[in-house]
Amino acid sequence: MKRTLMGSTVRLNWTPGMQHTFPVRLASLFFLLLVPVALGQTRNTCLDCHSALDDPLKLTAEEFAANIHAQKGLTCASCHGGDPTSDDNAMNPKAGFRGHIDRKQIPELCGKCHSDAAYIRQYNPSLRTDQLSQYRTSVHGKKLAAGDAHVAVCTDCHSVHNIRPASDVRSSVNPLNIATTCSHCHADANYMKAYGIPTVQFADYSKSVHHEAMAVRGDLSAPTCTTCHGNHGAAPPGVATVKNVCSTCHVYQSQLFEQSPHKAAFESAGLPGCVTCHSNHAIMHPNDQMVSTEEHSICTTCHIEGDAGLVAATGIHDHLRDLELRITRSKQILDRAAESGMEVGQAQLDLIQAADALTKARVAVHGFRPDKVAQEVAAGQAVTAKTYKAGTEALRERNYRRLGLSISLLVIGATLIGLRLWIREIEN
Amino acid sequence: MSPVARVQSWLDERFGWAELIAPLKHKTVPHHKLSYWYFLGGITLFLFVIQVTTGILLLLYYRPSANEAFESVQYISTQVRFGWLVRSIHSWSANLMIFTAFAHMFSVLFLRAYRKPRELTWLSGALLLFLALGFGFSGYLLPWNTLAFFATKVGTEVAGQVPVIGPWVMMFLRGGPDVTGATLTRFFGFHVAVLPGITTVLLGLHLALVQRFGISVPPRVENQWECRLNERQEMKFFPNFLLRELMAWYTALAALAVLAALFPWGLGTKADPFAPAPAGIKPEWYFLFAFQTLKLIPAKVLSIDGEVLGVLAFGAAGALWLILPLVEPKRRAGGYRAVMAFGIVAVTYIASMTVYGYLAK
Repeated sequence: MKRTLMGSTVRLNWTPGMQHTFPVRLASLFFLLLVPVALGQTRNTCLDCHSALDDPLKLTAEEFAANIHAQKGLTCASCHGGDPTSDDNAMNPKAGFRGHIDRKQIPELCGKCHSDAAYIRQYNPSLRTDQLSQYRTSVHGKKLAAGDAHVAVCTDCHSVHNIRPASDVRSSVNPLNIATTCSHCHADANYMKAYGIPTVQFADYSKSVHHEAMAVRGDLSAPTCTTCHGNHGAAPPGVATVKNVCSTCHVYQSQLFEQSPHKAAFESAGLPGCVTCHSNHAIMHPNDQMVSTEEHSICTTCHIEGDAGLVAATGIHDHLRDLELRITRSKQILDRAAESGMEVGQAQLDLIQAADALTKARVAVHGFRPDKVAQEVAAGQAVTAKTYKAGTEALRERNYRRLGLSISLLVIGATLIGLRLWIREIEN
Repeated sequence: MSPVARVQSWLDERFGWAELIAPLKHKTVPHHKLSYWYFLGGITLFLFVIQVTTGILLLLYYRPSANEAFESVQYISTQVRFGWLVRSIHSWSANLMIFTAFAHMFSVLFLRAYRKPRELTWLSGALLLFLALGFGFSGYLLPWNTLAFFATKVGTEVAGQVPVIGPWVMMFLRGGPDVTGATLTRFFGFHVAVLPGITTVLLGLHLALVQRFGISVPPRVENQWECRLNERQEMKFFPNFLLRELMAWYTALAALAVLAALFPWGLGTKADPFAPAPAGIKPEWYFLFAFQTLKLIPAKVLSIDGEVLGVLAFGAAGALWLILPLVEPKRRAGGYRAVMAFGIVAVTYIASMTVYGYLAK
C-alpha cells in the first residue's frame, strides 16, 4: 500500500485486513520512524571533510546551519557546484563543481539568484532584486568592472558562510553593525592608500550625534554609512546633492535653507549645503554658539565683524539665548515649588510648550532670518511668562502656608499650656 | 440665674440632662505610670472625626469617574480655597489614624486589656482596624493617579488569590475583570457609604463597651494595688482625664498641621490604564509588610502556589488575631505568655518587613 509521508510517496509493508503479528507491527513502526528522518536530511559530504580542515577551509555543520541560505534549504553546491550527496562526485567538475570562486565573479554569482524576482519570491517576497544592478552603479562595482579586485564585493559586507538576514543583530549588515563593517576597509590606511581617500570617516562618525542615536539610544532609524551613501549602490554624494541626502530626514531645515540667502551664496562659492556648517561624518550636537560671534561660531568662518550676516547671526543668537534663559528660570522656580510640595504640574506641563518653541526657533535658524526666529521665540516667551508667574505664585502660597502654620502652632501651643495650667489648678 | 444655668435648667426639664451627665461626673479613670497609653484610643477617635469632617468637605468637589476624578482632585488642590489643606489633612490624618489604631491595638495587647470581660471590646476594636485598612485601600484609588491605579490592580489581584471565592471577590471589587472606571465608582461607594456606615455602628458598640466595663488596669499594677491599697490612684473622667485627652488631641492636631503644611500630599500623574506599571511600585506603608512577604514567598511551596499560601497565611493570622482573647490559655498560670510572644513576633515582623519593603528595590 502507498502512503504519503512528508510530501513523498512511500510503500508500506502491510495492507488493510492483513493479520498483524507483533514482529511485523514492530518492524512497521521502526520503518515509519526511519522514513521521515531519512527524508528530512540531505547528505552533505562537503561538511564531512571541511569541518575537519583548518582555516580558511574550515566550516562546521553548526556554522553552516546558522547561515540564512542553509536555513532556506540551499547547500554548498548551490554556489560551489558539485554533488555533495556523493563521495565520488562531490568535487567532480563534471558534476559542475567550481571550487573556489574568484572575487570578480562573486557579484554575478550572487546576482544569479538575487536578481531573479521569481526565484527570490519563493523565499522572501519582500526582498529586493536590484542589488546587482545597483552594485554596478556603485564605486565598488565600477572599479571591479575595471579590473580592481580589491574593492568590496557581496561577501566582504555580508560574509561568506555566515550570512544572516539584515534584521538579525548578529548580521554584519544590521544597522548597528554597518559602520563597523564599512570601517574594515575604509578605516584601514594601508588598504585605502591606493585610492587616496581619507580613513577618518569611522572615527568621525563614532563621535557624531548620529552614532550616539544609533549606538547609545538604540534608534535603528538613525543614519549610518549606507543611509547617506547607499548600500549596494554605494557612492559618495557630490557637493551639489549632499543637501538632498540630509533633507531625506531633515525636511523642514532643508526647505528653510532653500529659501535662505545662503543658498545662492553657497552655490556661487561652490560650497556644499549642510556639511559646510555641520561637517559630514563628525556631526556634533548643534548649539547656539554656532550662530554667534563667540568662540565656537561657524558664521565667523565666512563673515567678518560688522557685515550684515554677522549682525543677523548675533540677533538670532540673542533670541535663542533669551528663550533658553527664560525656560531655565521657569524650570528652576517650578522645581523649587514642587520640592516644597506645591502642585505645579500644569505649569510644568506648559513649560514643555516653551521647550518646543525653542526647538522650532532653532530649526528656523536654517532660514537665517532673525525676524522668523523671533517669531518662534515670542511664542515660547509667552509660555515662560505664564509658567514663571505660576512658580512665583506657588512660592508665595508656600510662604503664606508656612506663616499660617506658625500662627496655628502658636495658638495650639498656647492652648496646651492653658490646659496644663488648668489641670494643675484643678488638681491642686 | 446665669444664662448658662438657665439653658441647663431648660434642658434638664426636657431631657433630664442632669441625670444623663451624672455618670460622667462620677466616672473615674485609673491613674498609674502606664495611663498615657489610654490616650491612643482617644487620638484615633479624634483623627476619625477629622477624617469624616474633611471627607465631607472633599465630597463637595470630588467627582467619582475615571474621566473627572484626577482633574477634580487637581482642582481641589490648586483652585479651591484651602482645598489643598483639606485634602492634605485628610490624607495625612488617614495615615496617622491607621498608625495610632495599630499602636492602640498593640498597647491593649501588651497591657492585657483584652481580658474578660473585655473580649468583645477587643473584637470590635480589631474589626475597626480592618475597616480602617479598608478605608485606606478604597480611598487610595480615588485620586485616580498612576500609583493608586497600579496599587489597586496589585491589591485586587492578591484578593483574587483566595481559594474558591478569590476570583469572585476580585470581580466584585473591580466591577469587572480589570481595574476601570467601574472600580473607581464602587470604591467611592465603599469609601463614603458602606465603610462609614459599618464603622459608625461598630464604633458606637466599641465606645459603649468601653463605657460599660471602664478602662482596664494592667495585671501587674492591679496586683500592686491589691497588696498596697494606699497606692491605688484614680482620676475623675470629667474634667481631669478629658482635659488630658484634649491635650493629646491638640498635640495630634499640631503634628497634623506640620505634616499637611510642610509636606502637602502629592497628586502624581493621571492613571493611564494602557501604560506599563512604573518600576518599583509599592503599596501604602500599612500594606507593605504583607506585600513584601508575598514577594519573598517562592512561586511554589510543596506544589502549592506561593501567593495562595501567603494569602491563606495572612487570612489565618488575621482570624486568630480577632479571637485572641478567646484562645488565650487560661487553665495554667502564665498562659498569657503565649499571647504576649505572638504579639511580640507580630509587631517585630510587621516593623521589620515594612522597613525591608521600603529598602528593597
